[in-house]
Amino acid sequence: MSGAGSAFAAVLRRDLTLAWRGRADVLVTLAFFVVVVCLFPFGVGAETNQLRAIGPGVLWVAALLSTLLSLHRLFAQDHADGTLEQLLLSPEPAALWVTAKIVAHWIVTGLPLVVVAPGLALLFDVERDALGVLTVSLALGTPILALIGAIGAALTLGLRGGGVLLALLVLPLYVPVLIFGAGAVDAVLGGMGASAHLLLLGGGLLGAVALAPFACAAALRIAVE
Amino acid sequence: MRDLDNKDLRGRSLLRFASPQVFYPVAGLLAPWFAGIAAVLTVIGLYIGFFVAPTDFQQGEVYRVIFIHVPAAWMSMLVYLVMAFWSAVGLVMNTRLSFMMARALAPTGAIFCFIALWTGALWGKPTWGTYWVWDARLTSQLLLLFLYLGYMALTEAIEDARRADRAGAIIALVGAINVPIIYFSVQWWNTLHQGASVSITKAPTMATTMLMGMLIMAIAAWAYTIAVAFWRVRPIILERERHTDWVGAELERLGSR
Repeated sequence: MSGAGSAFAAVLRRDLTLAWRGRADVLVTLAFFVVVVCLFPFGVGAETNQLRAIGPGVLWVAALLSTLLSLHRLFAQDHADGTLEQLLLSPEPAALWVTAKIVAHWIVTGLPLVVVAPGLALLFDVERDALGVLTVSLALGTPILALIGAIGAALTLGLRGGGVLLALLVLPLYVPVLIFGAGAVDAVLGGMGASAHLLLLGGGLLGAVALAPFACAAALRIAVE
Repeated sequence: MRDLDNKDLRGRSLLRFASPQVFYPVAGLLAPWFAGIAAVLTVIGLYIGFFVAPTDFQQGEVYRVIFIHVPAAWMSMLVYLVMAFWSAVGLVMNTRLSFMMARALAPTGAIFCFIALWTGALWGKPTWGTYWVWDARLTSQLLLLFLYLGYMALTEAIEDARRADRAGAIIALVGAINVPIIYFSVQWWNTLHQGASVSITKAPTMATTMLMGMLIMAIAAWAYTIAVAFWRVRPIILERERHTDWVGAELERLGSR
């Protein structure tokens, strides 16, 4: 394996180990997701047809909010203990280990949502056929949320009230992902087929992978200088 | 940079205006002129709009809001692009003044955005029967306002001017890449779900006087934006350059007046 590959793997393994040691933080994000989803029937009424109609959108909005909730952890700890500066001084390209950190973050916070979502969708009586598409749309969409969110997390690093600011910065940028993600499920339910939405999400993911780590690395340099 | 004396400043290159010291008096000199142009054109444009332009055969008098609404909507989008442009110039060429221009432009863009939304709502009530629909244009305009607010909130939250400039520049550029994505996604979302909805893209063929009034108002909005941006950039320059001698002299002159 090349030097770049091993650096990527090392950062990934380190962040996953750290996350495993602090499991409670991760579980809180997942619990938040479940609780938010379960609040909706209380808010809009438990009428089955209505729940079926709003189910995909509710799951997507909840996924988006819990992503937002966990984002500040992406760089905060490394910033506080000086690891971030060491990483920035290292000869490895910053975009590389930034990507590794985002991948680790997604495995820890995004992947559990993808796994849990179909079960929660059953609470909303979403049809069986749509569950697979929901899972795929979340699997393609939540990494985009993590990649875009990482830019916001880097920009607001160490600021007072950074969490609220992060939400204001990132939420407008999340709208396309939300539209195509929830749209994919709605399209299946409407009998239209979800491939167009899923392809757009996939394209968005490729675009975000290509561009976001560089913006994020630039933002981190600005934050620590 | 010490030997950047007056002789060099009077060089022929346009780039000399990238120096805050050179640009400061130029902005002060030009701002009143642009403000004057804006005021005169606004009066002419509104006169044409409210007294000369004929009543629309479909919408009656209500349509007259376009003389404010359409120029505001145009400017809100254009100002964001200009802001992103200056941000890119600042990041690439490391010029301080371009960051200052970006920050001076943001509030104006946000205000135009708000005016466009507000006048649109006032027009929508009598015309569509509702203040708001989740139409593609309206929704993306609302998200553009959020992008402006995010930019301003971020640059205001960071105390260190250098970090604030660069962080703002990155979010402006990320936003600029996303604005078309947001626009098309919202448009598609809308058409997929609601079928053909009310569209303001297909305007009825317009009388020449209407078009004239609108274009004059658009130019007035341009002039206003330039004037306000120049006025707003001057205190920013003074604040950022307060360690220099010329700002000290300028502040003394302002104080003694």
